[in-house]
Amino acid sequence: MSKMGATRDGYGEALLQLASNPKVVVLEADLGKSTKSLHFRKAHPERTVSCGIGEQNMLLVGAGLAASGFIPFASTFAIFTERAFEQMRNGVARPNLPVHVCGSHGGTHTGTDGSSAQSIEDLAIYRTLPNVIVMHPSDTVSTRELTIQLAASSSPSYTRTARNKTPVLYEGREEEIKIGKGIKLREGSDVAIIACGVMVSQSLKAAEALEAEGIRATVVDMHTLKPLDADLINELVSTCGALVTAEDHNIIGGLGGAVAEHVVSNTFAPLERIGVHDRFGESGQADEMLDVMRISTPYIVAAAKRAIARKP
Amino acid sequence: MKGHQRRHKIAGDTMASVEELEEVARRCRVHIVNMVHRAQAGHPGGSLSEIDLLAALYKTQLRIRPDEPKWDDRDRFILSKGHASPGMYAILAEMGFITVEDLKSYRVLGGICQGHVDMKWCPGVDFSAGSLGMGLSFGMGSAIAGRLENSDRQVYVMLGDGEIQEGSVWEAAMAAAHHELGNLNVILDRNRIQNDDFCETQMRMFDIPAKWRSFGWNVKEIDGHDMNEILDGLNFLSTSNEGPSILIAHTVKGNGISYMADNPAFHGAAPNDEQYRQAMIELGEVNA
Repeated sequence: MSKMGATRDGYGEALLQLASNPKVVVLEADLGKSTKSLHFRKAHPERTVSCGIGEQNMLLVGAGLAASGFIPFASTFAIFTERAFEQMRNGVARPNLPVHVCGSHGGTHTGTDGSSAQSIEDLAIYRTLPNVIVMHPSDTVSTRELTIQLAASSSPSYTRTARNKTPVLYEGREEEIKIGKGIKLREGSDVAIIACGVMVSQSLKAAEALEAEGIRATVVDMHTLKPLDADLINELVSTCGALVTAEDHNIIGGLGGAVAEHVVSNTFAPLERIGVHDRFGESGQADEMLDVMRISTPYIVAAAKRAIARKP
Repeated sequence: MKGHQRRHKIAGDTMASVEELEEVARRCRVHIVNMVHRAQAGHPGGSLSEIDLLAALYKTQLRIRPDEPKWDDRDRFILSKGHASPGMYAILAEMGFITVEDLKSYRVLGGICQGHVDMKWCPGVDFSAGSLGMGLSFGMGSAIAGRLENSDRQVYVMLGDGEIQEGSVWEAAMAAAHHELGNLNVILDRNRIQNDDFCETQMRMFDIPAKWRSFGWNVKEIDGHDMNEILDGLNFLSTSNEGPSILIAHTVKGNGISYMADNPAFHGAAPNDEQYRQAMIELGEVNA
C-alpha cells in the first residue's frame, strides 16, 4: 500500500471521464482548484458554471438544471455545503432532483486550516434527508468509480472527499465498488471494524496490530452511509459478534450512528464507536489530528478489544 | 434569442383582449377566495396581488401545453413566493392544467393543491416552493439549461418583495447577470406587505429598482393591476435580450376585496363566512 492519493483527485478524474455525457454539467463556488473540478472546467468551460462564492445559489442552480434533464455535479468544501443545507433539503431532496454534491476537505484530517474548515457533522445532517445518497469513499479509485456511478442515479447525493492523501486500496479492483455495498477488505471472525473515508486505512492498520496479538478482525469499507448495507451488517453480527465503527466525524449521527440504529432495531452485537467526541478540531497536521481526536489506529485497536470483551 | 417573433401561441387565446384578461383575473380571484375560505387557511393577500400579472403572463406569454405539462421545451414559470399558491392554482385551472374541481383539494390530505406549490404534486408546477429566496436560483439553473440546449424558451420567476430580504436572492441576482442570462425574467410582486406587517416596518428596502440595476439587471416598473401596463411590462421582458430583466409590479396586497386590500391581517388568514359572502358580492358572483 505504498501508493497514496487524495480522494478529491478521484472526484476530479471522475468528472473528466463523465464529460463524454453532454448532460453532465459542473458547478463551482470558487473552490474548483481545491475540490478538483478544475480539470473539467479547463476541458469543458461551456458546461461549467461559476457560482462565485455563493453556495446557496449553487445548489439551486443545480436543481434547476436537474429539473431540465441535466446531471449537475456541484462541489465546494464540505463545511460550506452545510451553509446551503436548507436549499439541499427543500430545493433538492424534497423534489428528489439528482443534484450531486461533493464536499471536499471533510473531517479533522483536513488539518492545518483548523476547526472552521473541518466538517465533523456533514454526514450526519445529510443522512437525515429523505432521498439523498450519502457516501464517504476511502481512496482515489473508489471515489472515482462511485462518482461515475452517481451519474446514472435518479436521486440526489452527498459525497465527502478528503483534502489529504491516504493509501490507494482499489487499483485493479474497480469491479467490487458499488453504491450501497460495503466492501470486506480483510476477513476475521473475532470482531468487525466498519469504517469510512480516511479511517479505512487506519482500520486496516489496526487489524494488523490485532492480528499480531492473535485477534482476527474483519475490516469493511462502508463507503455508502445511506442507503446502509444492512445485509452486510447482519452478516458481520453473525460471523464476528462484535462491531467497531470508525469515522473522522462526530460520533453523533454519522457512520456509528447509522450502524447503531440498524443494530438496535434488527439484531444485537456489542458496538464501540470511534469518532470525534462531540468537540471541534484545531490546527494540526492530518495525522496529528487523528491522534488528538483519539481516532487513530491505537484507539481502534483498543475499541476492538472492548467490543470483544462485551460479547455475551 | 428572444423576442416577439418567437411567440407562436400554444395555449390560451391568441390575442386576448384587455377585457378578456380582466375577466380571467376576476374568475381567478373567485377561485382564490373559494380556496382559502374552504380550507380556512392559506394566503389570499399575495394571491390577489399577483393574479392580474399571472393572468396576463399565462394567457399572452407562456409557451406551454396544458395537455402536456412536462413538455421539455416549455417556458418555465417559477412561483418563488410559493405560499401565494391559490393564485397559481387558479390560473392553472383557467388554463386547463387542472380542473376547477381540483381546487377543492387545496390544503386537503392527498390533494394535488398542496399548501405551497409543489412540482411533485400538481401538473403545471415547475418548482417546489415554500421556502422563500430559492426560486430565482432555480430559475437561473433552468435558464442555463435552456441555453445549453440552444432553446429560445424563457424562464419567468415571480418573487415577493418581502422575499428579497433573503440574502440568497442576491447571490442569484449577481450570478444571473454575470452569466448574461437574457432568457431569465423576474416579476416582482411589490405589494409592500409581508407576514408580520408592512415591509417598511419589518425591513426597509430603500430603492429597489436601483438595487437591481446596480446588480446588472434591466428594470421596468409598472402598475401591477393595470392590464395595459402589465402587457407593456411583459413585452419589455420578452424584448430585453441583453442580460436578465425584472419587472417591478406595484401592487396592492389583497387587491379586489375591500377589507383585504392593503391589510397585513390577510397575508395569511382566511375570510369567515360573512366576509366570504361580501367578497363574492364584490367580485360580482352574487347580488348584494
